[in-house]
Amino acid sequence: MTALTSARTTFAGRPRVARRPVVIAGLGLGVLALTVIAGVAAGSVFVPPGDTLAILAHRLLGLDIATTWTRAQETIVVDLRLPRVLTAMTVGAGLAVAGATFQGVLRNPLADPYVLGTASGAALGAAVAVLVPVRTVVLEFGLLHGLAFLGALGAVFVVYRLSRVGGHGQMTSLLLTGYAVGSLLAAGLALAMYLSGTGLRQIFAYLLGGFEAASWVRFATALPLVLGASALMISRARALNGFLLGEEAAAHLGVDVRRERAILLGLASLATAAAVAVSGLIGFVGLVAPHVVRLAVGPNARLVLPLAALFGAILMVAADLAARLVGEIPVGVVTAVIGAPFFLVLLRRTRAGYEL
Amino acid sequence: MIRLERLTVAYRGRPALRDVDLHVDAGERVALVGPNGAGKSTLLRAIAGLVEPVVGSVELGGSPLAGLDRLAIARRLAVVPQLPTLPFATAVEEVVALGRLPHEHPIRGLRPVDRAAIAAAIDRVGVGHLLGRDARELSLGERQLVLLALAVAQGAPVLALDEPTVHLDLRHQVEVMELLVDLNERDGTTIVAVLHDVGLAAHFFPRIVVLDRGRLVADGPPLQALDADRIRDVFGVDPALVRLPAEASELESARAIAPSAG
Repeated sequence: MTALTSARTTFAGRPRVARRPVVIAGLGLGVLALTVIAGVAAGSVFVPPGDTLAILAHRLLGLDIATTWTRAQETIVVDLRLPRVLTAMTVGAGLAVAGATFQGVLRNPLADPYVLGTASGAALGAAVAVLVPVRTVVLEFGLLHGLAFLGALGAVFVVYRLSRVGGHGQMTSLLLTGYAVGSLLAAGLALAMYLSGTGLRQIFAYLLGGFEAASWVRFATALPLVLGASALMISRARALNGFLLGEEAAAHLGVDVRRERAILLGLASLATAAAVAVSGLIGFVGLVAPHVVRLAVGPNARLVLPLAALFGAILMVAADLAARLVGEIPVGVVTAVIGAPFFLVLLRRTRAGYEL
Repeated sequence: MIRLERLTVAYRGRPALRDVDLHVDAGERVALVGPNGAGKSTLLRAIAGLVEPVVGSVELGGSPLAGLDRLAIARRLAVVPQLPTLPFATAVEEVVALGRLPHEHPIRGLRPVDRAAIAAAIDRVGVGHLLGRDARELSLGERQLVLLALAVAQGAPVLALDEPTVHLDLRHQVEVMELLVDLNERDGTTIVAVLHDVGLAAHFFPRIVVLDRGRLVADGPPLQALDADRIRDVFGVDPALVRLPAEASELESARAIAPSAG
């Protein structure tokens, strides 16, 4: 009877814990807003935050505000910085949701959005685009973006087919196939870089990632893909939760394992491909953001996915801002410099480490 | 509740079950026993629709399994999962909550009725003292109980278990068995359990199904299904090594010292 009562009280105490994600989400949105404003205001030309807000209110909301800023400032804020910050936000959110999904489906805490070959496929696609002497631009998208996008999706497709994911318990095969195909593509990339001559710098810039080439058109093209795929992943959180106990247990809990695995991996790959096509290969956000969120709210995908999107967006906008302030260094360097120690501290502070 | 008709199952052409006929009525308590590789786990997987029969059919709750999707199966049959390695830190109550996956709202998640079922399952299995702890830090026995609570929270009319006592010490084994008896007798849950320990099966289950090399070789009350000749033939051991209820004095005393699960 004592066990019974204590269970009731402890369990009834859950709503207090259940409110925690809401508080975290509210805080996160506030921090994201501040980061976005800082990201738009700061840079080689500083636009005071008041003016930044006024410009945004004037141009985006159509408010009639007395002009206290220069035309150049307005162009910098609206045409250069805002699309850049919004692209960073979208890419960060998409990579974080994709990372959480890959970790959940593959049941591997070390998985990131690039684990099944998206990164090497996109990199090879971009490198080939640099080598090919054809220059086409459609909607501000060059061959590089197109081939990177297709390379990322193609690589995952090949990995998925080769691993012969048929029955259950084939996650290891998928991961190993991803590694093997990734190595093969990396060899292709190395060859392309070797042959690229003057194009090497361009390939290298893609590999390190960045948002300096962001524009409204590119943002508007990537946004629906990333947002749509992320929303669909979030809507399949139930299946993702089922995978927590393994595929067989997921099946017993009503998850159509083969179908959900294919859909979730496909959506995560799509979000990743759209993200890397506009921003290049930016590491760590997709790995770290889901873990940080899990440490705060537990592994329930219904909370982890949306909160990871929020945290990934904050992290990416902040990293891009830092990269800009330091003097246009590649944002991938910043995410690694911020992400790796942050991750190590969090791992040390949690009692239970991650089992592999 | 469960009807297997002439069921034959094969893995890559190698038959794992041959020509098995088995009918389990609602409210029964059945133990599946047999040596390693006899097809016990395959039988459970066939009932759960995880393996396709080569020949024969499976019915669950009056409907052919072939016509049910995973969600419909999960609402009729709860299977206690084998001890998994969790990839992330997961609190005990979150593990138990996974039992509500077939019932919860697909987008919004747990509803009050689901939370009530989770709380009730936690009480029933007696894992309230483990709430808040990371399931990966628990002992094997505690983890087994948490998984049992998950299956109870699932609230299906049939509960299937694959070796639920394999990692447990004698006292926990008896506790789990008594809980199964209680779920069966008090709630009317139909129970099908694969058990390694023939003595335990004979003591707590009124109906024993013996499998050997993919065939069903005996089906009946313990003393009949597990007579001396069959134990010698099927398990290849001296029947004196297996204690059946009439002579299970050791288990009886173990049962006496263990606190009641109900």
